[in-house]
Amino acid sequence: MPEVATALRKTALNATHRSHRAKMVGFGGWDMPVEYTGITAEHMAVRSAVGLFDVSHMGDIQLRGPGSLAAINQLSMNDASKLQVGQAHYSAMLTPQGTFVDDIVVHKLSDNDYLIVINAGTREKDIQWVRQTIGSMPSCHINDFSDMYTQLAIQGPRAQQTLQKLTDTDLSTIKNYWFTWGKVAGLYNVMIARTGYTGEDGFEIYIPSDEPTSARVWQEILEAGAEFGILPCGLGCRNTLRLESAMALYGHEISDTINVFEAGLNRYAKLDKPGFMGKPALDAITAAGGPARKLVGLEMIDRGIARDGYPVKSLSGEALGQVTSGSPAPFLKKNIALAYVPTTHTDPGTELAVEIRGQLVKAVVVPTPFYKRPRTIAPAV
Amino acid sequence: MPYPAQYKYTKEHEWIDVSGETGTIGITDYAQNSLGDIVFVEMPKLGEEIQAGSTFGSVESVKAVSDLYAPVTGTVTAVNEDLVSAPETINTDANTTWLIKIDLTDPLEAASLLSAADYETFIAEETGH
Repeated sequence: MPEVATALRKTALNATHRSHRAKMVGFGGWDMPVEYTGITAEHMAVRSAVGLFDVSHMGDIQLRGPGSLAAINQLSMNDASKLQVGQAHYSAMLTPQGTFVDDIVVHKLSDNDYLIVINAGTREKDIQWVRQTIGSMPSCHINDFSDMYTQLAIQGPRAQQTLQKLTDTDLSTIKNYWFTWGKVAGLYNVMIARTGYTGEDGFEIYIPSDEPTSARVWQEILEAGAEFGILPCGLGCRNTLRLESAMALYGHEISDTINVFEAGLNRYAKLDKPGFMGKPALDAITAAGGPARKLVGLEMIDRGIARDGYPVKSLSGEALGQVTSGSPAPFLKKNIALAYVPTTHTDPGTELAVEIRGQLVKAVVVPTPFYKRPRTIAPAV
Repeated sequence: MPYPAQYKYTKEHEWIDVSGETGTIGITDYAQNSLGDIVFVEMPKLGEEIQAGSTFGSVESVKAVSDLYAPVTGTVTAVNEDLVSAPETINTDANTTWLIKIDLTDPLEAASLLSAADYETFIAEETGH
């Protein structure tokens, strides 16, 4: 047990989690539920039915004013000029070296009004970075709204049917990575976004962050989803779900020592738009022939579980790189990992070894995502 | 959660059931609960000597790896092979799901380990309740 007690921040649902016997853990400076009924059961609920997550530890930064589009396009590698009102996209804020300050989701609330959702562990760093990078640009106000919202994620093939019971907004009209505002659980003008971090269909809603409201809506969603077998979910399955879907996690697949090409996220970097923070470095990497290492998916062949930080080697023991995330995959029932290896070793089918407690354990490079959800039309409510 | 009174316990959350010169070793209910869904157990080979306080294997849940520490010194005489295909049995019943059996080097060595009551006090302190 760690001797140094650091004060962890709490979301408005902290007491709810504790009173429902969630196992709590420190994550990115926050006291968060890691699991309720168990990672495997929660993971399977999201893949097959629906799960509910408290993701209020995520931060929210608003950029507002006539200069906000220019500001967001300087700050973020994707091209926000392509967004329509009510649309969101995945992007990242980069350092001048083309490495990651954080990955973000940019929402266009209206002309001259954008909301950036950022990671929990990087909140303070991110807000400072935003102020430092675009604070001097004209006609753009920067507002940190992180503490104003309780952010709930309702995820899984039954997410729409669950949430639909609590709103008269027709959720079937919201496309993936779009959002709208509607009345949810009696609350007016709730932002309802068809986004998530699980590889499933689902929604994220942003409600006022006072404790009674947060606890009430949490409970109403659980009741609405009860007939589908909804489970309250912790960060444990959030991690295994995103890993099966090969989504990056800051501090693992992406960081300020990993660049956009290495992470394989260059499809979100719009190098043809006018300059943005990190673009010259990305152009230089392209001119130099691309990155020397890349992120790959690994599936363990021999018995063993790759974990974050384990060395990746050739079968003959030559050091190649490192696992960034590794875990048993509850849905796929395989042991999977993401790892950085030299571009000479990235072809699917390439056999490598992960060093697990001194032993070389065989693995194979596989295409990512490991899991892709079946593209079926959601059943009518 | 009752911890069998005839077992002895370690602060690393193993139990040992001593019967004559044989010790049967498992992990405690507290340990399985802390780990969550157990998916992998790595155990020593038959005939291997394990040393009190040293690691003799590991148990992995979806989220974490935890080393197994030998409560006492001895030689491995049996390994619970069922756990290779069904490691989750430990979650179901940690008190009766054994990992290994050992031939005890000193049958009296286990006497100095924690009693069930001592262990319950220890975990109560560890969890701060």
